[in-house]
Amino acid sequence: MNVQAIKAIYFNEMARTRKTLMQSIASPVISTVLYFVVFGSAIGSRIQSVEGVDYGSFIVPGLVMLSLLTQSISNASFGIFFPKFTGTVYEIMSAPISFFEVLIGYVGAAASKSLIIGTIILITASFFVDLYIAHPVWMVVFLLMTCIAFSLFGFIIGLWADNFEKLQLIPLLVITPLVFLGGSFYSVSMLPEFWQKVTLLNPVLYLVSGFRWSFFEVSDVSVTLSLFMISGFLVACLIVVWLMFKTGYKLKQ
Amino acid sequence: MTEQTNPVTGNQSIISIRGLTKTYKGGHQALKGIDLEIREGEILALLGPNGAGKTTLISTICGLVTPSSGSVTVGGHDIIKDYRATRSLIGLVPQELTLGAFDVVKDTVRFSRGLFGMPPDEAKLDALLGDLSLLDKKNAIVSRLSGGMKRRVLIAKALSHEPRVLFLDEPTAGVDVELRKDMWKLVEKLRQDGVTIILTTHYIEEAEEIADRVGVISDGRLLVIDDKVNLMNSLGRKQLTVELKSAIDVLPESLEKFDLELSSDGQRLTYTYDTKSERTGITALLQAVSDEGFGLKDLNTSQSSLEDIFVNLVHSEGGKSQS
Repeated sequence: MNVQAIKAIYFNEMARTRKTLMQSIASPVISTVLYFVVFGSAIGSRIQSVEGVDYGSFIVPGLVMLSLLTQSISNASFGIFFPKFTGTVYEIMSAPISFFEVLIGYVGAAASKSLIIGTIILITASFFVDLYIAHPVWMVVFLLMTCIAFSLFGFIIGLWADNFEKLQLIPLLVITPLVFLGGSFYSVSMLPEFWQKVTLLNPVLYLVSGFRWSFFEVSDVSVTLSLFMISGFLVACLIVVWLMFKTGYKLKQ
Repeated sequence: MTEQTNPVTGNQSIISIRGLTKTYKGGHQALKGIDLEIREGEILALLGPNGAGKTTLISTICGLVTPSSGSVTVGGHDIIKDYRATRSLIGLVPQELTLGAFDVVKDTVRFSRGLFGMPPDEAKLDALLGDLSLLDKKNAIVSRLSGGMKRRVLIAKALSHEPRVLFLDEPTAGVDVELRKDMWKLVEKLRQDGVTIILTTHYIEEAEEIADRVGVISDGRLLVIDDKVNLMNSLGRKQLTVELKSAIDVLPESLEKFDLELSSDGQRLTYTYDTKSERTGITALLQAVSDEGFGLKDLNTSQSSLEDIFVNLVHSEGGKSQS
């Protein structure tokens, strides 16, 4: 195992975060604060509670998930896309390092960064609303698995994309709608019955629901199902990445 | 193709290439069966026109391109099965100036060393940057450096893990005279440290200047590989130009047995001869010229350069493969 190489990639990626601190940390925090002002204070003041939880608190898990998903994907996809774009990927390809080690370096860094952002958002949220975490261990489990799974997914997008447009395509056209329609800001039970069934096809619902359960013990779907879905997504991403690496997809001729 | 040079005189080979072919997905066959032994500690120049397969060959050895068939070993290890061992031995300076735009010089060099499995070593980093006149640019952002400086950074990155084999892909493309001199100095120093250096170029002077051996690649084939001196001797021909006091219209019969060419103005006779043959025929020729009663104005000889050899080889080979 080339531990030095994993460290090199990991810390290089984390250094990139430091250099773009405003963009990396400040922007998700600011947008979260905006959501709190708009949804929590302005609109939330008209909504008493959802499933017995104060609306302001109710949206916290969804907001964290929104940031985790978008940040994990953009960090990991950009991390591997940029060397491809500039051509510096030659160095990684010619180094004595396995694909798995490259993956640990990039996905590890992207997931770490999301984790930091998620934590910051939780702390920010605690200034606005009363936060109560019923199952802290499960919360961390959901947090970690989501960061890793979506960083892997981002890595796949970064490998697949051969221009900036493609890099933005999936986060914008797929992830953002899925997050907004996945019960981040509402309970699925608030929807008409038909749309409740449609929402069950949205994988993000299971993430948000499970994560929210770890806070308030209320959920749209069963926690076991949530865990099963996120694990399934993680495994699916791992298989895709493994196949891409095995064939040298878009990296090797 | 000419026979492999006997490595008895040289050192042991550090890279062995056998029957290497590469066909890209589009169907383009970039390498058509390359056999090559690269000796430890030598400087080998691979010459060839653009698109000859030089970069594909290097990229394959470094692991950037998967070979279609054949085998390559570096330091006795197979490049695919034992890629960790082979790649640790190799440093690569690519043709393009590929550097991350926001990288700081010392960070990017440190990153390269880490990628190749070596722990950080600040003293070595400083020494390396010093060797490349980069010490004062240590904290500079790469994108703000000049092209020549970027090239130095790429070399520093390639040398950061102290490789035993260094590939320089077109190292002097777009490089100014000063950097070029510095680079050859560095190459000389690396050679003294026992580093094997393989460079590709289409500038013949470069090969002539620094290489021990020269290989010529054209259309995916290694046409010839030999010691630079041998190559110039065996393929190089010398020419003797005899300038006559007064012009002549036709060659007299007595001179026809010589391989002579008469210039269009009738003033000059050009005699081509083989430097290696025991009798060059010069004495006989001059005797015959004087017997004819021609007055001599001037004499001069010239040796064909690697460039002529190269052009001849690529030309004749191209003609062959078309026929």
